[in-house]
Amino acid sequence: MDPGPPLRSAQDDARFRDSHQAPHGSCMIDLILTQTLNGLASASSLFLVASGLSIIFGVTRIVNFAHGSLYMLGAYLAWTLVGRFGPADALGFWGGVLVAAVLTGLIGVVIEVLILRRIYQAPELFQLLATFGVVLMLQDVALGIWGAEDKIGPRAPGFKSFVVIFGNRFPTYELFLIAVGPIVLLILWLLFQKTRWGTLVRAATQDREMVGALGVNQRLLFTSVFAFGSMLAGLGGALQLPREAVTLHMDLAMISEAFVVVVVGGLGSVTGAYLAAVLIGILHAFGILIFPKITLVLVFLVMAVGLVVKPYGLMGKAPVGHSRAHGPPEPLLLPADGPTKLAGLIGLVILALVPLLAPDHILLTLTELVIFALFATSLHFMMGPGGMASFGHAAYFGLGAYGAALAVKWLGAPMEPALLLAPFLAGIAGVVFGWFCVRLSGVYLAMLTLAFAQIAWATAFQSVDLTGGDNGILGVWPSAWAASKTVYYYLTLSICAAAIVALRLTIFSPFGYGLRAARDNALRAEAIGLDVVRIQWVAFAVAAFCAGIAGGLFAFFKGSVFPTYMAIPRSVDALLMVLLGGVQTVSGPIIGAFAYAGLSEQLMKMTMYWRFVLGLSIVLLVVLFPRGLVGTALALRERWRKEPQPAVSLVEAKP
Amino acid sequence: MTIDRRSFLAGASASATILAAPGLVQAQGAGPIKVGEINSYTAQPAFLKPYRQGWELALEQINAGGGVLGRKIETIFRDDGGKPEDAVRHAGDLINAEKVDLLSGGFLSNVGLAIADFANQNKRLYVASEPLSDAIVWAKGNRYTFRLRPSTYMQAAMLVEEAAKLPAKKWAIVAPNYEYGQSAVKWFKDLLKKAKPDVEFVAEQFPALGRIDAGATVQALEASKPDAIFNVTFGGDLTNFVRQGNTRGLFEGRTVVSMLTGEPEYLDPLGAEAPVGWIVTGYPQADIKTPEHVKFREAYMKKFNDYPRLGSVVGFDTMNSIGAALTKAGSTETEKLVDALKGLKFPSAFGAAEYRAVDHQSTLGAYVGKTALKDGKGVMVDWSYRDGAKYLPSDAEVKVLRPAG
Repeated sequence: MDPGPPLRSAQDDARFRDSHQAPHGSCMIDLILTQTLNGLASASSLFLVASGLSIIFGVTRIVNFAHGSLYMLGAYLAWTLVGRFGPADALGFWGGVLVAAVLTGLIGVVIEVLILRRIYQAPELFQLLATFGVVLMLQDVALGIWGAEDKIGPRAPGFKSFVVIFGNRFPTYELFLIAVGPIVLLILWLLFQKTRWGTLVRAATQDREMVGALGVNQRLLFTSVFAFGSMLAGLGGALQLPREAVTLHMDLAMISEAFVVVVVGGLGSVTGAYLAAVLIGILHAFGILIFPKITLVLVFLVMAVGLVVKPYGLMGKAPVGHSRAHGPPEPLLLPADGPTKLAGLIGLVILALVPLLAPDHILLTLTELVIFALFATSLHFMMGPGGMASFGHAAYFGLGAYGAALAVKWLGAPMEPALLLAPFLAGIAGVVFGWFCVRLSGVYLAMLTLAFAQIAWATAFQSVDLTGGDNGILGVWPSAWAASKTVYYYLTLSICAAAIVALRLTIFSPFGYGLRAARDNALRAEAIGLDVVRIQWVAFAVAAFCAGIAGGLFAFFKGSVFPTYMAIPRSVDALLMVLLGGVQTVSGPIIGAFAYAGLSEQLMKMTMYWRFVLGLSIVLLVVLFPRGLVGTALALRERWRKEPQPAVSLVEAKP
Repeated sequence: MTIDRRSFLAGASASATILAAPGLVQAQGAGPIKVGEINSYTAQPAFLKPYRQGWELALEQINAGGGVLGRKIETIFRDDGGKPEDAVRHAGDLINAEKVDLLSGGFLSNVGLAIADFANQNKRLYVASEPLSDAIVWAKGNRYTFRLRPSTYMQAAMLVEEAAKLPAKKWAIVAPNYEYGQSAVKWFKDLLKKAKPDVEFVAEQFPALGRIDAGATVQALEASKPDAIFNVTFGGDLTNFVRQGNTRGLFEGRTVVSMLTGEPEYLDPLGAEAPVGWIVTGYPQADIKTPEHVKFREAYMKKFNDYPRLGSVVGFDTMNSIGAALTKAGSTETEKLVDALKGLKFPSAFGAAEYRAVDHQSTLGAYVGKTALKDGKGVMVDWSYRDGAKYLPSDAEVKVLRPAG
């Protein structure tokens, strides 16, 4: 059966006439109206996921990376359940969707009770590490259960067809989705305004400690909030079933966009999330008409502009009290004492002696780890002492790599000048992006760095003539004298060690003390005459510059440069290294880089299920070392030293 | 019985002598020949799980027949997670630590290019199985890299041949926004303009890979009122595009010409919503009755209790072509292998094919046909095999496209 050709001629002619006779003006208006509806339809599922994320963040202050995975699970569960209950039957379909949402909520409970509950007292953003471990595990779980092939869901009973609106066919299911958004918004509003639970959630969003002090059972509140947010994500996924294929890539595709919605809307604000979802949905629909090639980065452009204009999002408020309120106060960073210095020196000597003993392939691994150690240390410099977490640090790593590669490709430069040039491209970007970022704080700042990183990524990706697009720049190999693995290793080790020591010395220089003062109390720092914004700006640029050094070395190490160097996963890697090592320590990022990159490298070699094992290891490490590897080690040493004095136990206070 | 250190050492050196003796006779022939296979197994499982199975089938057959050069072949699989920098790390590790004799694999074009450049720098052989980018054999082609699958150019050329026969004048295009999509569009436009100068391209959509906003994209294409559509999306993007396009009537009265859509990997998930009457490249696995293919398909079904996908064929053929190259070279030395691969004729599941000496591209072809629905499933009908050799530019043109020579 092949109805193609016979259908063609007649209808084709009709169309041909149509397009020539139709008055262009009304066509245009119809298109605009239809695209608006399309935007509203995509906004709904985005809103469901983002509102859950926003509520969870508002109450628990957890940046839940696993929210996209819950969305994916919701879709997969719905696919299975609807198939089992009978997709043709209205009860079977909608029942399946609802059960899938509830099940996703229960999975949320499991995640909260087993993992997150144990680490609420950890330093800010530390929980992000645990949720990322969950993301990795769920990717392999979904692959194991549902297999590699994309799933296509049935159409929803009663919403299988289309209506003609504005001269175009429009699917009825999309109309249904358009209605779902405001309905859920209304339900949430009623829930938050009219129920005791909702009141508690709002109160906790505003001041968590106060709610605890008033005797509210925080554990129950946190668990229920996490379950509720997860359920919304699951519902969002399940409702996509008649609309989109269920794939293993849904999780990461959704999570970054959901974050954008949450931040543009204002953290913790559900109404803001709806407005932002609509804004982004509609921009998408029209972006396609005007700039079909930049759809991905469009949302980040919007976020960047939005955050610069409205630093707390559309409906968000400046946080009450101090923003870094959770967990014990930052421990004082001290310059290394004798044993620590000795340990550092021994470590360096061991690294320097490795080439004499170890075979070549160990050197390759170590070169990479040393580069990552500098990358992580540079992020830690702005994140730890600077108090500015970055979700987009890969931008500067990538720009360093591109700086080197572009110098080779366009200027014909050899390795030495290219390596010198590399950090300046990153540093200049740091100066420009940093100027905007340091005017914000907390997650807003982090998201603005992410937006800039995505813009940088998209620039590298789209400027095919300059950068080769996603095919990258090839042939970025070291000069002849540094081509051997041993020599390049020593080159990397000496540059990275020097940069890391310089960063460390800076932390204990007057500038570093000023930076920490600005982090701990901006008002007091201003009062004693420190220019807080300028100090943070300089720190931002220095961190970017050092990431650029790492990027340049990485480019010559790999021989090629690709936009993936500044993509989100690379930024997340840096964040994980810093958090795993311990953000409140100075040597944490180095240990974290070796632990994380070394672990993932070994696991990738050992098993095809490395994502599950890596995720599980991260979760276990997080639970066992709630202050990071070095942080926990230091705390233990401190306790061991001061055992007789019970007062210290305050620092170790458990929830 | 306990073994003390001394007797252990004595035993060990004695057995080492015994083991080493035949090694001396057979120069390099003691252990298996090692192939380092790097691919995005976790990032692209839908294609690469069947790929790996096809590979393992060929490997099993070769080794059951005594291997090549009197040695078994062993494969070390590595997952690059879809990142070129990780692929390069594996390449270095495979060569330096695992001492593999050659590299193979690659799914994404940029991963393939990264490994190819690494291979060139380190003077090691790389057989690129899947990456479709033309650059891998042309603009960035090098002595040490060969590619099995019909490239973007070849598949576009096969489709243009059919598209030029259509009466359609106004074309709309939808393609994923990365190198594969961009070059498929470029070749399709160039070649179609050459074949039929009066065509015009009225709309182009480039959704981000895996992130298509299908409703809005369909609407934007509809608004341009094209006579026909050229589609390059695949996977989840294709599914979403087809569903929205079906509901919104985008495909009614229009012919769609579509890259890869006939591959079971992408056609089967569509189920009963598979489009009808699209002109596609693909793989009608159940209907190909050539003896090579029947033999391959039966062995595959027997081993894995599942039907082959196109990935299975690519994995199977890559391994077999490597086996043929090793036999022809009579050695595992890289330079000899490279020389053997130039102009190497090898058996594939689709019939005989050859790695062209001029640009290291294999002449493996693809099936072009129309999609149809049969028992609630998408299938290909009216298909025919297009030999890849006929859809490549002339040698003179290739020499311009490939500076490496």
